[in-house]
Amino acid sequence: MVIMNESTPSSPEIAAKVAKPEAGWRLTYRRLKRNKAALYGGYFILFLVLVSIIGPYLTGYDPFQVDYSTKLVTPSAEHWFGTDHHGRDIFTRIIHGMSITLYIGFSSVMLGMLVGVPMGIISGYYGKTIDAVMMRIVDILLAFPGMLLAIALASVFGGSINSIIIAVGIWSVSHFARVARGSTLAVKGLEYIDAIRALGASDGRIIYLHILPNIVSPIIVQATLRIAISILIAAALSFLGLGAQPPTPEWGAMLSAGRNYLFDYPHVALYPGLAITIVVLAFNIFGDGIRDAFDPR
Amino acid sequence: MLVFVVRRVIQTIPVVIGVTILVFSLIHLIPGDPAVILSGENAPKEQVERMRERLGLNDPIPVQYLTYMGNLIQGDLGQSVRSSRPVWDEIKGRIWTTMQLAIYSTILSIFIGIIAGVISAVRKYGFYDTSFMVIALFGLSMPGFWLGLMLIKLFAVDLMFFPPSGWGTWQQAVLPVITLGTGGAAIIARMTRSSMLDVINQDYIRTARAKGLKERVVIYQHALKNALIPVVTVIGIQIGFLMSGAIIAETVFAINGMGRFAIAAILARDFPIVQGTVLVFALIFIFANLVVDLSYRYLNKRIELN
Repeated sequence: MVIMNESTPSSPEIAAKVAKPEAGWRLTYRRLKRNKAALYGGYFILFLVLVSIIGPYLTGYDPFQVDYSTKLVTPSAEHWFGTDHHGRDIFTRIIHGMSITLYIGFSSVMLGMLVGVPMGIISGYYGKTIDAVMMRIVDILLAFPGMLLAIALASVFGGSINSIIIAVGIWSVSHFARVARGSTLAVKGLEYIDAIRALGASDGRIIYLHILPNIVSPIIVQATLRIAISILIAAALSFLGLGAQPPTPEWGAMLSAGRNYLFDYPHVALYPGLAITIVVLAFNIFGDGIRDAFDPR
Repeated sequence: MLVFVVRRVIQTIPVVIGVTILVFSLIHLIPGDPAVILSGENAPKEQVERMRERLGLNDPIPVQYLTYMGNLIQGDLGQSVRSSRPVWDEIKGRIWTTMQLAIYSTILSIFIGIIAGVISAVRKYGFYDTSFMVIALFGLSMPGFWLGLMLIKLFAVDLMFFPPSGWGTWQQAVLPVITLGTGGAAIIARMTRSSMLDVINQDYIRTARAKGLKERVVIYQHALKNALIPVVTVIGIQIGFLMSGAIIAETVFAINGMGRFAIAAILARDFPIVQGTVLVFALIFIFANLVVDLSYRYLNKRIELN
């Protein structure tokens, strides 16, 4: 070991500086900027967030006001997307539903991340029994095909927006745990982690300062793409009657109501579905872009 | 290989047990007293007690689980609390419909996905590549239930090419299978493309070309064979999405399968049916994944036993 005086920082601190991903972030941003589709996808998401915040103040109609004199009006200059079976302006309801959709997407992924990432890191870092137990739990959660686990959980928690967030969130835990575990294993095997440990750094310090910054990028990629899937699953749950209940302007629930008027008034089902597609598309494009930016091949 | 098969089968046992524990717990995860919920909010006390007795809810939970498992091994999935018929009798007739729907959709998505993926990779950044990848991105982002409804409106109501609902004839299968297969086709196309691109740049492909082999032979016999290996794993994951997507397709197209039945049971709070269908879905999926894993192993003999 080299002699340390006051002016030289201790080796773990040097290592911490080396591991700091700032240069990586700048590089990533530069790559992201070069990927036009991803960049616009990102801007479009910001725009959608903006719409969800100020949009409700700008539309001229009340999303809940029932008015049978304007029942099932087809799209016109007055009602851009027409009106539904209760005479409510569909455009207004879609704008109001934007915040619900984004809220469900972000919160369920956040929930999955907050539970899944620590699970995965602990599993990958400590290995042995704890790893075996956690990975069996993940295997069991993944043994339910696709969204079936979310459906089963939603059936238990009852139909509400918060219950679908929990249902979809629990469903994504296993995916985050897997990604975090795999990345942790890869980082843990690097020599500098051994070096830091030899210098006496605690497990907590190694995980927080050295493992976490290095596994952030695959987790961000996973999170962006999972928001897209979570929005789709949540809308499907509401469509099936297990999520948001009428009169909530949730898009899946609106579509479900529009089903009954499909033959003569397809616009009632058309626009909410289009809205879901566009939002999910934005997250998918952005997710693809940052995946390419983080991991160029 | 045999050792691997046996080991892989043994590995699924704890997962299957875990799944039964989770499915068993569903009824206990419901906030409130399951007996009250199952017999209805306003049910008289005696009726609630009878329900409690019938479901064995008075026993300690581990005993309840053992009873549940004991019945399960004998093929008894419990009884519907609504119709009082055995759950298995209710599900039995519907499994095949759901399986058919899922299998046809899997075949469609594999077929379209691989063809589109290969063409995209061979003509990288060309017209076909761009169009296919844009379509795939849309296919990935569209909610299946919306696509289904729009297909009904267009092809069943307006053009009257296909019936809007039901199951049995091939005409009735077309729209649900397209609805269900689209998402999978999109994912498989993207995966095939990127996997093909990885393979095409490898040395042995250059060697094959340098030998003077026809491009078709190089692509289809040398490149595709290796490129498909990672695609197989994706297909395994897709089977899960197709099975749960079947629930939605069955609801949209009024197909009397296991998925629609499960949703009706959830809405009617008929939990024994919910538990039964969820369990059967999970077991079929575990089995399908086992098959995919074994074929992956067979295709890629380089994978070492760990």
